[in-house]
Amino acid sequence: MESAIEPAKAKIEKKLKISGSEALVRSLLAEGVDLMFGYPGGAIMPVYDAMYDFQDQLHHVLTRHEQGAIHAAQGFARATGKVGVVLATSGPGATNLITGIADAMIDSTPLVCITGQVFSTLLGTDAFQETDVVGISIPVTKWNHQVTRAEEIPEAIAKAFYIAKSGRPGPVLIDITKDAQVQEFDFSYKKCEEIRSYHPIPALDKSMVEKAAKLINEAKKPYLLFGQGVILSHAEAELKAFIEKTGIPAAWTILGLSALESNHPLNVGMLGMHGNYGPNLLTNDCDVLIAVGMRFDDRVTGKVSDYATQAKIIHLEVDPSEIDKIIKADVPLLGDAKIGLKALLEKVKPNEHKEWLQRFRDCDKKEYEKVIKDELYPSKPELTMGEVIRMIAEKTAGDAIIVTDVGQHQMVTCRYSKFIKSKSNITSGGLGTMGFCLPAAIGAKMGAPDRQVIGVIGDGGFQMTIQELGTIFQTEIDVKILILNNQFLGMVRQWQQMFFDKRYSATEMVNPDFQKISAGYGIESRKIDSRDVLEDAIDTFLNHKGSYLLEVIVGKENNVFPMVPAGCAVSEIILE
Amino acid sequence: MNVTKKEFTISVFSENHVGVLHRITTIFTRRGINIESITVSESEIHGVHRFNIVVTETEDHIKKVVKQIEKQIEVLRSFYYPLSKIIYQEIALYKLPIKAVQNGAGIEQIIRDNHARILTVEKDFLVIEKTGHKGETQALFEQLEPFGLLEFVRSGRVALAKSAKSFKDYLKVPELGKRITEQEVREMAEKID
Ligand SMILES: Cc1ncc(C[n+]2csc(CCOP(=O)(O)OP(=O)(O)O)c2C)c(N)n1
Repeated sequence: MESAIEPAKAKIEKKLKISGSEALVRSLLAEGVDLMFGYPGGAIMPVYDAMYDFQDQLHHVLTRHEQGAIHAAQGFARATGKVGVVLATSGPGATNLITGIADAMIDSTPLVCITGQVFSTLLGTDAFQETDVVGISIPVTKWNHQVTRAEEIPEAIAKAFYIAKSGRPGPVLIDITKDAQVQEFDFSYKKCEEIRSYHPIPALDKSMVEKAAKLINEAKKPYLLFGQGVILSHAEAELKAFIEKTGIPAAWTILGLSALESNHPLNVGMLGMHGNYGPNLLTNDCDVLIAVGMRFDDRVTGKVSDYATQAKIIHLEVDPSEIDKIIKADVPLLGDAKIGLKALLEKVKPNEHKEWLQRFRDCDKKEYEKVIKDELYPSKPELTMGEVIRMIAEKTAGDAIIVTDVGQHQMVTCRYSKFIKSKSNITSGGLGTMGFCLPAAIGAKMGAPDRQVIGVIGDGGFQMTIQELGTIFQTEIDVKILILNNQFLGMVRQWQQMFFDKRYSATEMVNPDFQKISAGYGIESRKIDSRDVLEDAIDTFLNHKGSYLLEVIVGKENNVFPMVPAGCAVSEIILE
Repeated sequence: MNVTKKEFTISVFSENHVGVLHRITTIFTRRGINIESITVSESEIHGVHRFNIVVTETEDHIKKVVKQIEKQIEVLRSFYYPLSKIIYQEIALYKLPIKAVQNGAGIEQIIRDNHARILTVEKDFLVIEKTGHKGETQALFEQLEPFGLLEFVRSGRVALAKSAKSFKDYLKVPELGKRITEQEVREMAEKID
């Protein structure tokens, strides 16, 4: 039995009856939780009351909306690799978490969400603030459970943490009725180490490793794609060792970004709809495709039936249901990315693929001439998103945690940011949740207080969770907020321009004075719209002590390129 | 890839916890797959419940659905079978007005021919029971309908695999609930035509 509670205390606790609420707090402490995000309300009040006595050990961050709390917990989890913990009341409190839960589910983020529920005697009666949050959240949780008796709390919490963080991580929700929060019982805590119906890490099949290694050793044009699985399984070093030994070029999904430093010679860039030219084009040219900890999202594959049909596919993945889900694997490598890469590393022969790598370099040249040069060093007077991000990357030397929202700025930021450390790119990939950035940046900063955290947001997404400026104000944390303002819902506008005859239906934004808003929250700010002052503004922004908001007015109708138009093959990527 | 839809029976072995049924059915709902019949009962292992789910779908989809079912924390194992790989049965009950047997209209012969049996005879009605495949219980339905059938009910399918293996063989401690491996999925798929 493992417990974080000191033995002396534990002994006393065995005898003393405590409330379900206190048991919950002690359970969280036993799991090593020292920070959580939440919002109180009637059905969770006993828990908040119990927390009052533990403030020095268990810090609670009051956000301004439950969606803010859960995105903050996601940012925390992504920056630290730990489980994010969220607390909310029943009914609207619980339903406000759903977007974040869905986001965490699709992006494999470990979360434990605790919701209060009406008295168990009232369940099913449409009581005040009763919603069937367990029912609602089934499709978007890795596991969920309702607790109606206090003595079930320790076991439920232990299982919740075990499930949330093991195997392919994900969100877990525990709904606790109010009577269970107040009942007293003899508390003891035991960490969960096993669930008989759940095997988080499948054992690697050695014969498949042999097969994969053989394919890799014989390949002329091997190509590796990696996703967040590398980060989640702490396989960054193994990935690097593997590509360095084999000389295989590697490209990333936006969830995998930062697992391999940006300037690594074998890091060939970004996959997907707005990814780099070579990585997309050459997907349909390689002879062996090694996918590590990624799930072939449709934004990455484009038209599936034309995706890498010429290549033998090796898929190293921890979740069995991802194998063959989208792209059929010739060699399925079911298992943990770290273990799998280690096993492969032993079997592969040292190699170099200079000519093949050169193909990527040639593509880079073309992309630079047609797209990147004008984006990073524009000749037009209006500012581009790319030049702002480039300057930030230079000034931070790739050392910052970059959190993005969703839209054009997200794609530009992922394309042009530079990273030297893992877990440094935090973005909503699978769900594409606008409003993610500001709260996620807050959570990331709280998880990694020693690092510079920069949130890059569009003028649209900023206003989806703008209330979280209040959380910054109250907690006095240091988050740098960069608004790339194009006065449009830019990404949607780009599609309207390209595919809907420029019919700009409901995408123009008439925005408020963001500086005034920011002033109301005591956050210093600056708004710029010219290149002359860009460097000065960014210097101030980065060096300011405490939070700072920088609004940069960028070209209204700039587009993100290259692009794999929806429904097209990755090789049909367009540069303009 | 086989794109023709066929009837498959999916067996799911799970813990007996609240909400497992909901978790399983949402996997079908998400893909817009209609469940044709479903039965749930305790299996040969105490505390382990067995779901039998009948759907008509492409094998490709079924394979993916089975893996997504297995992914649920409380699910121990899940398998899928085409008709040729299972022994299965359904039961149907038919309620008729008592007068249907009183006027010598040949109900007796129908019951004999269909190997059905009378479950009960009450003052106003009688209940006939027949076990068999859907086609068989449906044939009896059609024969009894002219007699003024009052009520009819057919159960979901109960099915066992045509294999000498017990589910216990897959669940032997310490391997209890060992996840299906990719290799097994492929072997299973190869066995199916
Ligand atoms: C919650 C939510 N609603 C709608 C969308 C659809 N959507 C995707 S990108 C986008 C535009 C974002 O505009 P803005 O925040 O200004 O960023 P930009 O694209 O201009 O950089 C919209 C509306 C979404 N992703 N999330």
